Amino acid sequence: MSQYKNFRPMKGKVSFLLDKKATIVLIVLIIIAGAIFVLSTGMGDMKLSPLAVLKVFFGGGTEMETLVVQSFRLPRIIVALIVGMALAVAGGILQGIIRNPLASPDVLGLTGGASVAVVSFLAFFSDQNNALTVSIKWMPLAAFAGATIIAMLVYFLAWKNGVSPIRIVLIGIGISALMQALTTLMMIMGPIYRASQANIWITGTVYGSSWGNVAILVPWTIIFIVIAFFMVKNINILELGDDIATGVGGHIQRHRFLLLLISTALVGGSVAFAGGIGFVGLMAPHMARRLVGSSFGALLPVSAFIGAILVMLADLIGRTMFSPLEIPAGVFTAGIGAPYFIYLLFKTRSA
Amino acid sequence: MKTAIETKNLTLSYGDSIIINELDLQIPKGEITVFIGGNGCGKSTILRSIARLLKPKNGAVLLEGNAISKMSTKDVAKQMSILPQSPIAPEGLTVLQLVKQGRYPYQTWLKQWTEKDEEEVTKALKATAIEDLKDRPVDSLSGGQRQRAWIAMTLAQDTDVILLDEPTTYLDMTHQIEILDLLYELNEKEQRTIVMVLHDLNLACRYADNIVAIKDRKIYAQGKPEHIVSCPLVKDVFGMDCQITMDPLFGTPLCIPFGKGRCILKEVVL
Repeated sequence: MSQYKNFRPMKGKVSFLLDKKATIVLIVLIIIAGAIFVLSTGMGDMKLSPLAVLKVFFGGGTEMETLVVQSFRLPRIIVALIVGMALAVAGGILQGIIRNPLASPDVLGLTGGASVAVVSFLAFFSDQNNALTVSIKWMPLAAFAGATIIAMLVYFLAWKNGVSPIRIVLIGIGISALMQALTTLMMIMGPIYRASQANIWITGTVYGSSWGNVAILVPWTIIFIVIAFFMVKNINILELGDDIATGVGGHIQRHRFLLLLISTALVGGSVAFAGGIGFVGLMAPHMARRLVGSSFGALLPVSAFIGAILVMLADLIGRTMFSPLEIPAGVFTAGIGAPYFIYLLFKTRSA
Repeated sequence: MKTAIETKNLTLSYGDSIIINELDLQIPKGEITVFIGGNGCGKSTILRSIARLLKPKNGAVLLEGNAISKMSTKDVAKQMSILPQSPIAPEGLTVLQLVKQGRYPYQTWLKQWTEKDEEEVTKALKATAIEDLKDRPVDSLSGGQRQRAWIAMTLAQDTDVILLDEPTTYLDMTHQIEILDLLYELNEKEQRTIVMVLHDLNLACRYADNIVAIKDRKIYAQGKPEHIVSCPLVKDVFGMDCQITMDPLFGTPLCIPFGKGRCILKEVVL
């Protein structure tokens, strides 16, 4: 057992097999994520050294520094971190249960459903003077509802004596295309000002995140990520195919439904607060697979931190490189993600 | 003779079309049983339903006398394992990670790698002679090694009954023999009940204690190969004319198909 270490505390009441390499990879990623977190907090119009940032974290620093860090930067960076984790874990789960490397929240239409909900929200609740008739605070809820409804719809349409992975993918792609068409339609029909607002949201941005958002998003995401970790052994067998999973005694339909629900909740939460940040759910689990292989006990946490790093970096570049222009984080994730997606397609074709 | 598996009145269907109608079958305990038959005769379907991969429309499958539909699926998994036809491992999954999944029915949230788990997995790796490959990704292995890894996974499940659907398909001759020898030894040494579908009638005759010949979704004959394999059986079950002789090495029935081809005997005979 060279690569692995047995872990059996409490006289074997608890037992796990630790993958040493994966543990090291995970620790390195956590350190990188932490470094980016601190670095990103220091970057912007008012620059702070990492040391100054740490000082503010621990209650020191000037009043001005504390204000900038606590009120403006921290909430959005925390949202970026959590959204990255949520999307990556959701994507990893979907790839496992659907057994397709191209499965991701975007491909399955979850993000699309949220987008339609948002443009509809902006269109329906605007009056003649283009003012919103209800508070914009409800927009995340609309997005979440959109993602959930589409997840249900895809699941329902894919049902035929249980759902098979390939049916979920095909129906998801179909629904996704339809959602895109609907989004475009709503944007053309609505006022132009709203269209631009909707567009920024659809691309995905953590701009304007508040502590209020953090207070909802963080517990929500953490709860579902924890539940996902408890389901790891079930994802592991689902990934081997329905026959094997049934053969070793798994409840495949129940587990697949639960895991789809967890993914939807994770995507819904992040889409609600950060819009349609694309490709993270696709890329992060893939990169993780390259680093630690396909066992989900290692794959999920590693993906989570890769996702967090990707979104934090995308946001950092977006708000500093073209300052004072704010480029939505989704532009950069798509900028790396789209070529990555093509590379994947190319690879699966030649394999 | 004890019975390991029994089907009673088993009716299977895909949608509305009935594939198997009211099948009664007994599979002896501690022996190797091989299903033979032409393509589409229903042999894989029967095996899959025994393994509960296919829900019967009617009737029951009994495992050691208990209806599997009334047992918890994990309990079934502790008594019976199934290796379906050509399974595919996810990219990058190592042999050890795959074989470990065979322990799924024994795992709980907290106990994911007990000493017993480790012992069974090590035993399975040893039995299939892939200990040296345990850290290699399954998708980087040769066909024969890969199949052994999957068999190791079903062995790690530590069940009395092992079902295998065409375990030798896509393997070259050397690896076919290797896999069948491995299963034969498991049966010899540990008296495990092995039920499999094989395409090669001659290998089936060599390794099986009990052959179930299936024709048109019904059991045509069942028994020891040397008792039931005959020209009329091959003609009826496979639709092929042949001559049955004796395997010069094993003494088991050997089927030589008729047909076209280069006959160099003619010159000698004439």
